[in-house]
Amino acid sequence: MSATLEMDGARARKPGTKTRSRATAESMASQQREISVSEFFAKNRHLLGFDNPRKALLTAVKEAVDNALDACEEGGVLPDIRVELEHLRESGEGRYRLAIQDNGPGIVRRQIENIFGKLLYGSKFHRLKMSRGQQGIGISAAGMYGLMTTGKPVMIISKTARSKPAHEVVLKMDTSKNKAEVVSETEHPEDDALFPDGHGTRVVIELEGKYMKGRASVDEYLELTAIANPHARITFVPPATGAGAENADASPATPIVFERAVDELPPEAQEIQPHPHGIELGTLIQMLERTESTQLGAFFKNDFCRVGPKVAKEICAEAGLTDRTWVKQVGHAEAERLYKAVQGVKIMAPPTDCLSPIGAKVLLKGLEKGLKPDFIAVSSRPPGVYRGRPFLIEAGVAFGGDLPADESARVHRFANRVPLQYQQAACASFKAVIETDWKRYGLQQPRGALPVGPLVVVIHMASVWVPFTSESKEAIADYDEIRKEMRLALMECGRKLGTYVRRRQRMKREGERRSVFERYIGEIAKSCERITGKPGQPVYDALLRMAQSKTEEADAVLDEEGKRIGRADPLERDEGVYIRERTDDDDAPVEAPKGAGVKKGKRVKVVKKKRVKTGSSGGAGGSSGAGGAGPAPKRDAKRAGARVVNKKKRPDSPGLFQNDAD
Amino acid sequence: MAKKKRIVRKKAASGTKGGPPTRDRAADAVRARRAGSGKTIERIVGMGERVVEVSLSPRGGDPSLEIPTRTLSNTRYNKSKRTLEMGKATQTRNLFNVNQAKKFMQSLLLAAGCKDLAEEGKTLSLRGMYYRSLHTIAGTKEKTFADQSESDTILEDLEVSLGALREELHVFAKKRGTMVGNITIEDSGDEIDCRRMGSGGYAIPSICEPDVVKFGKCDAKFVLHVEKDTVWSRFNEDRFWEKHNCILTEGSGQPPRGVRRLLHRLHHELKLPVYCLLDCDPWGHYIYSVIKQGSINLAYESQRMAIPDAKFLGIRAIDYSRYDLSDDVQIELNDKDTARAKQIAAYPWFRDNRAWQREIKAMLDNGFKMEVESLITKDISYVTEVYVPDRLSSKDWLD
Repeated sequence: MSATLEMDGARARKPGTKTRSRATAESMASQQREISVSEFFAKNRHLLGFDNPRKALLTAVKEAVDNALDACEEGGVLPDIRVELEHLRESGEGRYRLAIQDNGPGIVRRQIENIFGKLLYGSKFHRLKMSRGQQGIGISAAGMYGLMTTGKPVMIISKTARSKPAHEVVLKMDTSKNKAEVVSETEHPEDDALFPDGHGTRVVIELEGKYMKGRASVDEYLELTAIANPHARITFVPPATGAGAENADASPATPIVFERAVDELPPEAQEIQPHPHGIELGTLIQMLERTESTQLGAFFKNDFCRVGPKVAKEICAEAGLTDRTWVKQVGHAEAERLYKAVQGVKIMAPPTDCLSPIGAKVLLKGLEKGLKPDFIAVSSRPPGVYRGRPFLIEAGVAFGGDLPADESARVHRFANRVPLQYQQAACASFKAVIETDWKRYGLQQPRGALPVGPLVVVIHMASVWVPFTSESKEAIADYDEIRKEMRLALMECGRKLGTYVRRRQRMKREGERRSVFERYIGEIAKSCERITGKPGQPVYDALLRMAQSKTEEADAVLDEEGKRIGRADPLERDEGVYIRERTDDDDAPVEAPKGAGVKKGKRVKVVKKKRVKTGSSGGAGGSSGAGGAGPAPKRDAKRAGARVVNKKKRPDSPGLFQNDAD
Repeated sequence: MAKKKRIVRKKAASGTKGGPPTRDRAADAVRARRAGSGKTIERIVGMGERVVEVSLSPRGGDPSLEIPTRTLSNTRYNKSKRTLEMGKATQTRNLFNVNQAKKFMQSLLLAAGCKDLAEEGKTLSLRGMYYRSLHTIAGTKEKTFADQSESDTILEDLEVSLGALREELHVFAKKRGTMVGNITIEDSGDEIDCRRMGSGGYAIPSICEPDVVKFGKCDAKFVLHVEKDTVWSRFNEDRFWEKHNCILTEGSGQPPRGVRRLLHRLHHELKLPVYCLLDCDPWGHYIYSVIKQGSINLAYESQRMAIPDAKFLGIRAIDYSRYDLSDDVQIELNDKDTARAKQIAAYPWFRDNRAWQREIKAMLDNGFKMEVESLITKDISYVTEVYVPDRLSSKDWLD
């Protein structure tokens, strides 16, 4: 067999290149050389999110803004970030100049080349601390992309203090060496007006891109960033639009400003040591080689978190060693025993002060500001651990308002406050949303798909190390622990949402009930007057009062599960819930989610039956007027147990009757 | 106001013609009707008073109306009288019930309308009553009634809850049904010879109470009631009533109350037997049942309408083979028909009637229904010249 094959091969080669000699090990060796990271990523830029012009532009903005936010927070400054995008029409349709400026602490002159010119250079990779950036690839890759597509170098201006001059450095990357070359360098005078705060960094990259609005756009990214970072003020100057394509300064675009919703920096995340349960054998061996400790006990105590002398001793004993064993004497076999021992020993979960969640309250504010829904519920899970790394899931649901009612829900995913906009289906959070049974919360949900309704779901994962599926940081890897936490967080929000949705349906029903009664009372009073000859007005007034108290009673007696809704509403007291106060002009009936229809019917009956039994326990609280499904009853009044009759919205009773009396 | 003017104009008109004093008769009728309606007004006022009283009660009341239920479950078959009677079950119509509020309002509205009519001594048709009470509810775009059928049902409710007949409420239905035959009657003072009605016949009015329709000379020996107008025309053209000395009536399908009342009076006052010629299908059977025992819906009027001795002449299921009819007359029974037939067979007044059980079974076994017109396939006048005389002479009918 093989002989034939070889013969065929020989025949085929014959007429062609007789001269071509087979490579030898020597000749091959001359071709073999190290590949610089820059070269690798320059070739594989799609791995970093620079696959197409549109995405490349977004990725560049994203990397720069993430860095800016990280820098500001680390420097203890409330971020004020400005993103400017300029369409350079004269040098080609797809040319943009992107400038991102922050008010962070700035970068010292000697680090500028490294940070902006070298891939895999940064402060964040080697530590376990929650931050947006992780690898030290992003901003340099953006610069590299710009250089490759336009040939224009990157310009960085940075100022570290009011008293110090700002440095302007123009950098060009040398991909083969993964190093930057300084093209030019200027020192700005100290009283430069560029940085009003006296410090900050401005990065200008010229790159090929495509600016479009809509999903996964720069606009959306900034909007979402503002939701997850309500402490940041973000200004976006979009490219000038306008008819005059030739005329570059046709109509200067108006900047979009995302104002701060909170004036407080999130608490700074602490850096932590690795947790013993989170490491692998190779890592352990490496750590053993590099440690400064000399004895095993000290090694465990110093290089890991949550390991005290007692635990260290236990681990060593389990591995057949002692805490006095010299680290140098630990060979591969011992390391393996140690590794196994670590897995068997009970160790406290890693500390969670290393996590800086957005926080329920702040997330609530961010959502309120960004989406303007009728209802928001947020929940913050207690920290969990995956592979020895602490993480924390926060979720939020926003419902109603201007959100489109008949579309699938939208899922906004965040990891360490950074919005994730691509590869939704591959993300653990998306899967968690689909897994959640939203039908239980009164929403429609096709099998294996997102729920349908005026709903936005927000999931945030905060961790010292977010497991992304790729370097472009687009999707969170699907760890069971993470997905479970996500689901629990969603369920918590969902329960509150369900209560709200059902209540809204009930309110709507009550409103309808009341309006039915009120509609006919006038006619009834008039007919009574015609029949009995006695004045109808007192009858009208009495019946109207009755109609109001009848529907009020039904308002507050029972909830859908037949439980009493107390005067103090649990949703109202919940810090993780926001319910928009309704105003007169949004009285338009809200469409209930369609799917719940069938179930609803059943429930109505149950409620009715029960109401008959437990009935007249005193009307509590006023509710919105006729026809209004307003979920904003006067709660204060309710709590006080007062009976409030909201007269404002009702037509004046005598008027209605007399206008029409014949 | 308008009323007075019209009367004045009529006066002038009749005055110039110098004809019979018609205005006096109209006024007389008004007076008569007004005089007879005291009880009705009293009842309507009573109903209104109760609603007002409950509404004004200091604890806040839930006004309601008690309405006897008009369903099969509340219908009782009186075996000795052989008629349907209404049971005692009532349903409460509450204002503060979303599903009943509108009907409650409509009931009061129509009650007020009926009171006005009674006081003025005038009558209105069902449709007129609907228009009289139809208006847009103040402050809404909704009308008091969506269509006439709504107001018709409410009027029936009022009849039963007030214990007043439709006539007493001064409301009548559209006239339907025709009569011809060896009888003279007096309708609202006009003498009508039913032997001289041409091809159209005498239109039976909706109200056939003795104060409206009085019987005069009658030579007829029986009444033949046929299902619809087309068959009736055939009989009339063949002067069947003359040859057989009878009265010929027709009810355009399910006979309206006027026709049933008239048949009832002919039967009871003039002692004329009633024979029915109806289709061989569940609807024909039910028409017979209504004539004989009364209807479920109007069970409360049975004693004024039911004719327990009415006979069912045909069409019979057996006629297909008996008269060797062609296949073309078959109309297939659909699922609805079959279900209805079984329902009818289960009615208490049919359940114990062996002949009827056999008849319904025979129809179901045939698997088709037949209309009276199917006899026309034999000959144009087969039904009048052969079929009915055969049935009558051989006394072959169902009871």
